[in-house]
Amino acid sequence: MPATASSPVVLSDLGTRLRKRAIRLAELVATPLVPADYIDLVDPLRSGADLRGRVVEVRPETRDAVTLIIRPGRGWKTHTPGQYVRIGVDIDGVRQWRAYSLTSPLDHPGGCIAVTVKAIPDGTVSNHLVRRAQPGLVLQLDQAAGEFVLPAIHPTKVLFVTAGSGITPVMGILRNALDDLDDVVLVHSAPTEADVIFAGELRALATSGRLRFVERHTDVDGMLDTDELARLVPDLAERQTWACGPAGLLDALEQHFDGRGVADRLHTERFRPSVRLTGEGGTVTFSRALVTVEADGATPLLDAGEAAGVLMPSGCRMGICFGCVVPLRSGAVRDLRDGAVTTAAEGDGVLVQTCISAAAGGCDIDL
Amino acid sequence: MTALQKKSHNPIAHLSDDDVATLGRELDAIREQMLASRGARDAAYIRKVIAAQRKLELASRGVLLFSLFPPAWVAGTVGLSISKILENMEIGHNVMHGQWDWMRDPKIHSTSWEWDNASPSDMWKHSHNQIHHTFTNVLGRDNDLGYGIMRVDEDQRWSAFYLGQPLWNFLNACLFEYGIAAYDLEIGKVAKGRKDKVLFKKQVRAVFDKIKKQATRDYLVHPILSGPSALSTLAANATANLVRNLWTHSVIMCGHFPSGVETFEKTSIDGETRGEWYLRQMLGAANISGGPLFHLMTGNLSFQIEHHLYPDLPSNRYSEMAPEVQELFERYGLTYTTGPFPKQLASAWAKVVRLSLPNDFFSDASAAVVAKPTALVAKVTRGASRRELPAAA
Repeated sequence: MPATASSPVVLSDLGTRLRKRAIRLAELVATPLVPADYIDLVDPLRSGADLRGRVVEVRPETRDAVTLIIRPGRGWKTHTPGQYVRIGVDIDGVRQWRAYSLTSPLDHPGGCIAVTVKAIPDGTVSNHLVRRAQPGLVLQLDQAAGEFVLPAIHPTKVLFVTAGSGITPVMGILRNALDDLDDVVLVHSAPTEADVIFAGELRALATSGRLRFVERHTDVDGMLDTDELARLVPDLAERQTWACGPAGLLDALEQHFDGRGVADRLHTERFRPSVRLTGEGGTVTFSRALVTVEADGATPLLDAGEAAGVLMPSGCRMGICFGCVVPLRSGAVRDLRDGAVTTAAEGDGVLVQTCISAAAGGCDIDL
Repeated sequence: MTALQKKSHNPIAHLSDDDVATLGRELDAIREQMLASRGARDAAYIRKVIAAQRKLELASRGVLLFSLFPPAWVAGTVGLSISKILENMEIGHNVMHGQWDWMRDPKIHSTSWEWDNASPSDMWKHSHNQIHHTFTNVLGRDNDLGYGIMRVDEDQRWSAFYLGQPLWNFLNACLFEYGIAAYDLEIGKVAKGRKDKVLFKKQVRAVFDKIKKQATRDYLVHPILSGPSALSTLAANATANLVRNLWTHSVIMCGHFPSGVETFEKTSIDGETRGEWYLRQMLGAANISGGPLFHLMTGNLSFQIEHHLYPDLPSNRYSEMAPEVQELFERYGLTYTTGPFPKQLASAWAKVVRLSLPNDFFSDASAAVVAKPTALVAKVTRGASRRELPAAA
């Protein structure tokens, strides 16, 4: 019966071709825009759109932390517990991107995801999200990423060491994988009892015997050091350890595990520093041209690049025409006109005018 | 007008170098003040305008599917004309100036924007942002002075070709989007062998690709989709393009051609300071007075003076900055050229007609003829040796 066997194939082939024709027609109708520019007006979260999400609930956690329950667009491809998601939010009209650990269970009702944000001093985005986020807010999203996850075959004995908002990726792991883990110890530091994010849920898990929860309040107990940790967790050396918190804590842990020759048992997650050191001038890397130059704080990046033989786009050379705009992959630049500093991290897609921008620390230009 | 450096009465003779430097600092201060308050309100404004324009376009094109029905034709054509004007002026022109780049939204950015116009955005950005805005009203350097087909300044040499310029200007107005594309191709430079041929070929292809897409949409796909209304939809789309062309051409003519606007000699900008650059922008542009809706429909180019002073600041702020700028003009004894649309348009057209004839055609010869190279203050005569300037081409 070759005819009947092949007809679904022919039909689906026809379907694909019709679909392609329809898309082509829509493109002809929409030019110079693309059809998506119009469809975005009515359905910004649809499948195939740039990934966005809508905040459906803002849940207070502590006095300076909230959990945002977000319904992601249909393009969202799930995540592995422990990973983070980059969120783009418009603050004072300017799009700012930050990474936040996912804290939600994978089977969250309604296919929603959650991130938990703690306001940090002078943190533009964290303060905005904690104090201003409301249900209905549409955020730009990226797919989940990050290596701070459990291996496919779970270790028998696990230790989590966290401090402050460092609990967030670990909470993401616990909410999803605790049932599959036999022996879990969590040592968590926060300034006071009131600052412990997820305190109720963690204490309940400890009470029911699902994990051993060691809570440290640094205002009273002092900062956790590795000696103290070894005392709190006698079988420390036998445990695969995941740690997330301030740089000082992670540095000390790395030193401790290195010193004992078991560096492979420690997995750390560092949050991007929100305050960047900016100085006068710095090393400028033109990453595609493979050129690196030292530039002082008064030399426009355009001049620095041209002097080094990089093919720089250029225009009026006075900050007007935007003919010289290039992506700043990472680093910091200073606007020579008003001293304003612009910073970027990988993936931010920040564009700068090279003719009026000078290095303010190291920076990497996508040219 | 005559190049400012050659005028018997120099409108900036009363300003010392220090005055000009102070003026520059005052204009910088107005800029800083605006930057300090730029934020969510502005971002919401441009997003609202873009969304409104797209909805208006969708609705108009939807209505035009039934354009055989006369009221539908009228409503659709009016809507589409307005939509195209908004798209070109308040949105396209200003986004491509980088006025909204600060939002860091890749969808509303000078590097990614493409507009509903025959000229591809890259080419337009070069000829408009770099050449016109940098060399505003400098004879021989700013091709916007007559677009290479007209004589709009006494100091551009007359030739018989210019006798027809009222007609050229009218044709250019009707076909303005193609005029801009041809102009961005710098055809005049090609004829004189002063343009790279490989680049020119590449650009010609880009222009034709763009025109093909635009024409396919307006003159083929939408008419076909309209079924029995095909011909009337085609006519509606052509009308909307014509209306847009006439409107944008008229607004732009009012920006630099009316009387009161100054031009500058080619060498006068050598070593120009920030303050002197500002001063040239102040004198090289004219505003059009009107209400908020009128300003919106001109893409706020009715604030041409403010736009030339701050081409990269959001257009919705020009009206707010205008009183301060105007006050500065008064304090420094400069003329803030402005007037109602009909008056400015008539003034610009009068110049096009007048300069189609040689300067000394009328017995009451213009001042330019009797003007001798006059000793002006050193600053403005810098390099102002009297010499014939080639007509911009």
